[in-house]
Amino acid sequence: MKDIRDQQLNKKIVYLDNAATSWPKPPCVAESMVYFLNEIGANPGRSAHRLSIEAGRIVYETREAIAEIFGASDPLRVVFGYNVTEALNLAIRGLLSPGDHVITGSLEHNSMMRPLRALEQEGVAITAVPCSREGFLDPADIEKAIRPNTTLIALNHASNVVGTLLPISEVGRIARRHGLLFLVDAAQTGGAYPINMHSCAIDLLAFTGHKSLLGPTGTGGLIVGDRVNTALMRPLKRGGTGSYSEHEEQPDFLPDIYESGTPNVVGLAGLNAGVRWIMGRGVDTIRTHEVLLTQRMIDGLAAIPGVTVYGSKDAQLQAPIISLEIDGLELSEAGLRLDEEYGILCRVGLHCSPAAHRTIGTFPSGTLRLSLGIFNTEEDVNAAIEAVARLTQEV
Amino acid sequence: MKKTDPQGTHTVIIAYSTGHVFRIEKVLTEAGFPCKMIPVPRHLSSDCGICIRIDSINSDPVRTILEKKGVEFEGMYEI
Repeated sequence: MKDIRDQQLNKKIVYLDNAATSWPKPPCVAESMVYFLNEIGANPGRSAHRLSIEAGRIVYETREAIAEIFGASDPLRVVFGYNVTEALNLAIRGLLSPGDHVITGSLEHNSMMRPLRALEQEGVAITAVPCSREGFLDPADIEKAIRPNTTLIALNHASNVVGTLLPISEVGRIARRHGLLFLVDAAQTGGAYPINMHSCAIDLLAFTGHKSLLGPTGTGGLIVGDRVNTALMRPLKRGGTGSYSEHEEQPDFLPDIYESGTPNVVGLAGLNAGVRWIMGRGVDTIRTHEVLLTQRMIDGLAAIPGVTVYGSKDAQLQAPIISLEIDGLELSEAGLRLDEEYGILCRVGLHCSPAAHRTIGTFPSGTLRLSLGIFNTEEDVNAAIEAVARLTQEV
Repeated sequence: MKKTDPQGTHTVIIAYSTGHVFRIEKVLTEAGFPCKMIPVPRHLSSDCGICIRIDSINSDPVRTILEKKGVEFEGMYEI
């Protein structure tokens, strides 16, 4: 087993699947996790001995880091869960009731669409406002879709297929003007693009730890803004919280109302380190680096005959995600050959977002997606462009 | 550093959740009040969590600073 792993590691790998999970992580992420497991390891805030207190402190410091990077006022309004999917389910299932109307976009991931479609069966009305083929959304279309029974606007910040950034601050202002709650899925932007909950008028921000926040898998959550009445948002699960133990009913205060069971403390220790590493560098610096590489990648790929690049083609208007097709070459074969022959790791298919592929015109075949991260270099981009060019020459 | 209680009497601050406990500890530590996290005394609550112990002599200024900073707590009890 070890031999196989060594062989794999010795091969030059160009990792371009950061939109799925970022890799590698800064060394401090694994170090913090190992430190937690070896030196602390206890259950946070249940037992009150010194190790339990230290574990609780790590969880609290992670809340502080998440609140700071997203401009949230109160670390105790950061609710942790396993990933952005759980966070979206909490917000959507917690807030919407039969008879309500919710507005979303046509570039959404299934983490948004599946819980919404399930509620549609129960009597929640859904409007998916169409985005353009390039992935743009006109905020005026959102406003036009508002009905008397609309309660929530729920939007992806950036498409995981074409990367296009949606105009969340404009939509946030519309939501405020009409007294609606605004839920943002920041899976593809958290840590890679500056987001401030207050200036963007976001009421509920769903994030995941394992992408651009540079934490491990199994971490994520929902920041519940001041305008959300927790009495009106039902928990997804109920159970032990370490608080109010004399009661058999769930506590009604944040974050415990939505956090039951022992959390993923080892994961949060890593997430805390990842987020603090990002803040040390500055989200703006990371964004500048990724915009530069993304534009280089878009320009290089778009110049190859037989390659179709989807989306805006302007790196400033998108997350570092590039979707493409190669004339005459099956995507799955292209993906396999990029991996085996060139060591380039990407993702092919629908990326869990059928709605987005219908919007950009690539349903049901999907696209080949290259997604960049902070540790990618110009050489990585050049290698990917070169490899795709060679594949097209061999068609 | 604030004074230590010559009587050695302690007061505990009961918080709503573990998260609140760490927030209180942070505010008090920054303000220079010695505090220690201990299990919640059974006669005060059947809670399985932690609370913060301070010297009773600091109770009034601690209450003032927590209220001034808008830090929520369930109650303060001399033990």
